[in-house]
Amino acid sequence: MHVRQTIVRGLLAVLFFLAIAVTLAFLVLPIVAIFVHVPLGRLLHELTNPVVTDALIVSLKTVAISQVAILLLGTPTAYFLASRRFRGRPLVVTLVELPIVLPPAVAGIGLIVAFGRFGLLGSTFDFLGINVSFNQAAVVLAISFVAGPFYVRQAIASFEAVDRNLIAASRTLGASAPRTFFKVTLPLARGGLTAGEAICLARGLGEFGATIMFAGSLQGVTQTLPLAVYTTFEAQNGLDVALAISALLVIVSLAILLALKGSGLWERSRPAVTAIAQPEPN
Amino acid sequence: MAKLSASFEVPLRSFALELALEIEGTVALIGPSGAGKTSALSAIAGLTRPASGRIALDGEVWFDAADGVFRKPEERRVGLVFQEYALFPHMSVRQNVAFAGKSRVDEYLERFRISQLADAKPTELSGGERQRVALARALARDPGVLLLDEPLSALDANTKLTVRGELQELLREFGLPTLLVTHDFEDAASLADTLGVLVDGKLRQLGSAQQMVAQPADSFVASFTGANLMRGHARHRADGLTRVELEAGDIVYSTDDAAGLVDVVVYPWDVTVGRERHPDSAMNVIEGEIRSVVHVGNRARVRIGPVTAEVTEASLGRLDLVPGTRVVASFKATGTRLLPHA
Repeated sequence: MHVRQTIVRGLLAVLFFLAIAVTLAFLVLPIVAIFVHVPLGRLLHELTNPVVTDALIVSLKTVAISQVAILLLGTPTAYFLASRRFRGRPLVVTLVELPIVLPPAVAGIGLIVAFGRFGLLGSTFDFLGINVSFNQAAVVLAISFVAGPFYVRQAIASFEAVDRNLIAASRTLGASAPRTFFKVTLPLARGGLTAGEAICLARGLGEFGATIMFAGSLQGVTQTLPLAVYTTFEAQNGLDVALAISALLVIVSLAILLALKGSGLWERSRPAVTAIAQPEPN
Repeated sequence: MAKLSASFEVPLRSFALELALEIEGTVALIGPSGAGKTSALSAIAGLTRPASGRIALDGEVWFDAADGVFRKPEERRVGLVFQEYALFPHMSVRQNVAFAGKSRVDEYLERFRISQLADAKPTELSGGERQRVALARALARDPGVLLLDEPLSALDANTKLTVRGELQELLREFGLPTLLVTHDFEDAASLADTLGVLVDGKLRQLGSAQQMVAQPADSFVASFTGANLMRGHARHRADGLTRVELEAGDIVYSTDDAAGLVDVVVYPWDVTVGRERHPDSAMNVIEGEIRSVVHVGNRARVRIGPVTAEVTEASLGRLDLVPGTRVVASFKATGTRLLPHA
């Protein structure tokens, strides 16, 4: 009886540590592999490849434009949804959040049949002389559609977290609603807004599925960094270039994550309530 | 002095707040939590819109349901001090005070003894300091009306007495029509000229603290004034007195006229405590062991059976009153109020 118990316990312990080892190795190995598959010097050299520099320019430009659009349009929307209670509000919030869980390919198809040449607004756009398929405007739309909700969702939560008494206090102290927004609400929500924006930026930078369907992958026009990874990988002897771009994206993503953690805006993976039992040291 | 006239109705979750007040000097609304006290302040400040009524400061109409007038909070000249003070956490003390008016910030920092804290953030302040900042900020707006939400409840017992004294002085000095809200009768009595007892959105009684102690409108008001409340059954007697059999079994007499289920009201300072029965004029005598002794400043509240007596600390020592001691509590039939039970 005693021996069996000891064996079961030993077996459980082995399984426990095996699970941890498999999980960590599985998550870390692909990242490590990107940097060790070819010598580091080669990676750096490949970064000067015109495919890479073109993609970098397209990515920076489209991500920058989409982030500005998301901030300018998403912030007032989030504030409205956070500060008003009306019938149908849960539905509106859910619709705003839907793209977060939607497969990007579905987003791409949706964008095509909404804004594409033969889509819902296609003829309207035609009439206005706007063309949004297979150009940079399409890339911006794809990024905004897929990444924007990450910002709006976080922004709603941040605005809701601002103490309503502080807003009321501001009003009774003579500040109008707009002044209250800029002097009290916005500064107090800023931390959360920044965190949401950083997640949105990371997601936008990595956007692939919706972009390739809606905007295509034309070098120097619509080919963003993630699209360039795919295209160069498909091409003959393109693996090195694909790895170079991937390494660049890993570093940028890591930088965003570290910046978030450093600023304390990243939700730490520990309970808010102080537990009686502290995690064991080492 | 200016006068604030406010009469309005605000529908709340389970009842409607109905208030009609003429505020000159200081008025205190007292009542249990959830009675609608804070909603009254919100309505006057313009943070909620009443369903009906009218609010005006002298000739200046802030709200008139009939004429469709509704001034926004920033157009009402109210100084509202929130219960938890609602200081802006991202601003320094100076920036908080300067938020409403930039002109006389130093003067207000000086007046409220917070100059040395000018660059501190609200989180670094003590409760008393926070309140001074909140008051300075509200008054720097140069308001026509002062609204105070539970001004003393966020403070510990020691700070509270000091701050209450300062607040009294301040209200006198500024001479603004003031409405304050509290759940503490003693705070209300010491700060306000007129008290209003608010229960479930309705004013049960409006008057001075003395009036409420002498003639509470109902048992609720009586309990708020700190009186003893003892449930019992009342019967007339031939000699004109009313005999009440308390639920605890004791018999007490009152000069008030009542019959049926009543609340017997006796104020703790009207109850005498002795070691033995004295042949005096007090008709009501309750014998028993002391259940508890609570110290309140230079007085002590002694609980005997169903009744609490308030005696001086000196008497407490002289008679050696400690829990467990058998004593006699006595009070006069003329000081015993009977309130028919609703």
